[in-house]
Amino acid sequence: MSEFSRRSLAELAAGLRAREFSSVELARDALARIEATQPKLNALISITHDLALAQAAAADREIAAGRGAALTGIPLLHKDLFCTQGVRTSCGSRMLDNFVSPYDATVVARLRSQGMVMLGKTNMDEFAMGSSNETSFYGPVRNPWDLRLVPGGSSGGSAAAVAARLAPAATATDTGGSIRQPAALCGVTGIKPTYGRVSRYGMVAFASSLDQGGILTRSAEDAALVLRAMAGFDPRDSTSVDRPVPDYAAALERPVAGLKVGLLKEFFDKGLDPENERLVRAALRVFEQLGAKLEEVSLPNIALSVPAYYVVAPAEASSNLARYDGVRYGYRCTAPRDLGDLYRRTRGEGFGAEVKRRIMTGTYVLSAGYYDAYYLKAQKVRQLIASDFARAFREVDVIMGPTTPTPAFELGAKTADPITMYLNDIYTIGANLAGLPALSVPCGFVGKLPVGLQIIGPHFAEERLLNAAHALQRETDWHRRAPAEFA
Amino acid sequence: MERNEIETIAYLARLELREGEIPAYQKSLSSILDFVGELDRADTAGVAPMAHPLPGLAQALRADEVTEHDERERYQRNAPQAEAGLYLVPKVIE
Repeated sequence: MSEFSRRSLAELAAGLRAREFSSVELARDALARIEATQPKLNALISITHDLALAQAAAADREIAAGRGAALTGIPLLHKDLFCTQGVRTSCGSRMLDNFVSPYDATVVARLRSQGMVMLGKTNMDEFAMGSSNETSFYGPVRNPWDLRLVPGGSSGGSAAAVAARLAPAATATDTGGSIRQPAALCGVTGIKPTYGRVSRYGMVAFASSLDQGGILTRSAEDAALVLRAMAGFDPRDSTSVDRPVPDYAAALERPVAGLKVGLLKEFFDKGLDPENERLVRAALRVFEQLGAKLEEVSLPNIALSVPAYYVVAPAEASSNLARYDGVRYGYRCTAPRDLGDLYRRTRGEGFGAEVKRRIMTGTYVLSAGYYDAYYLKAQKVRQLIASDFARAFREVDVIMGPTTPTPAFELGAKTADPITMYLNDIYTIGANLAGLPALSVPCGFVGKLPVGLQIIGPHFAEERLLNAAHALQRETDWHRRAPAEFA
Repeated sequence: MERNEIETIAYLARLELREGEIPAYQKSLSSILDFVGELDRADTAGVAPMAHPLPGLAQALRADEVTEHDERERYQRNAPQAEAGLYLVPKVIE
């Protein structure tokens, strides 16, 4: 490990302000690690080498002038779903392989204005549809803990990059678990904020009522720093919530004694790998020792969250992906015979199999004669699930449990049947349907494979979640372990 | 799912399917629809459909004032074919 890749974000910031090293040195070091690991991990789609060095040099000037802030000069990766001005934004798809974004997403602009240095765009499942990072047009990403295994998805590139110490932070998005599940499989910390907490302007849409941008880091402490800069009202996102952003870092050290922790009865079921369960329960005992009160809660409709999601999300995706038609940007098929042929072949060739499958599913459930039976029904079930959570949060402060049913699995192991892949999201999807904040933190290893503990909270309880995660990270060192090959 | 149902959905979605892909879609879509058919088990009588997760979120409004600028030239740099500010497509009307 280089001297830099070992340090936390807060430590790097302190070192930069104390002029122990420069942002340019950090960027060069990170870019070298990225180049060296790219053939093995394939974590990045675009490496913005020159831009990174220019941004780093500008950060160094700010620091020299005494204007350095908490994040100035810190290297960062962006999931390739965030629009970055002048830089390819591909969403892991052939459809946008040639798309150079004319504007920055709000998340990108905010972190840049804080002086963070963009090293590149990370690999991802195509249009964020996937749980293994195997559907990318640019090839799969591999898990740094075992290169035969998946890193999880859809933010597999961001999670693998943070785990392999390529950057201390990587932005990501979560629609059904796409931040938390790869965080769990890669042994890093990942938070999906409350719906509406982080602006979706410039964050390419998959399912508009579920999508939320968040961050992957190696600790809750680092996540608190970046999330604060990312979050907040944006008038350009009509679903953005106008509510002040707390100083998440300030709340981290509060003791968790008295915290009421709900254990979801339905999540500790026969689908959960016994080794995962053992580690999750061991982490829960740490909270008990710290004075938290554990009690069982039940969400009677939670088992319907995966079916509800696989109606709602494809329906919204079919609508959002209708914009990719070969007319204004992106891929266009060669020699279209007529307009219909232009649309059909552009989309047939530009999209991969999983994306097309979801567009087809979504089109079907929204079509005449089926809308009530599927889409409307799913939206009602969604309300039931949200009400179950609301009821539970009257009894407890947070809900804790497993993030995933198993540790990382082999590439190709679950691609034969879509449902097998969809069931990876079984514990994560509920929080998206209800718009609740949720995070995953490392809680141990099965052999050399990381396992994640999930913490879910009521709306806008990010402070409480990060505080609980930090409490665990003060007592354990799972989050400090690095994969042997990338240490 | 029947073959003609797959063809209809593909037409609605403007997705060209190759001949060999149709059986695969029949299979996977049937499997997915069986799976989501679980939703029928839920008693949703009297439950309002939830369109998005935050109760009380209403469509934000703003003053009807011009705030954007014409950046057509910049945006059209990504166009597969554009000329004189127009996007070119195969002829639609004879």
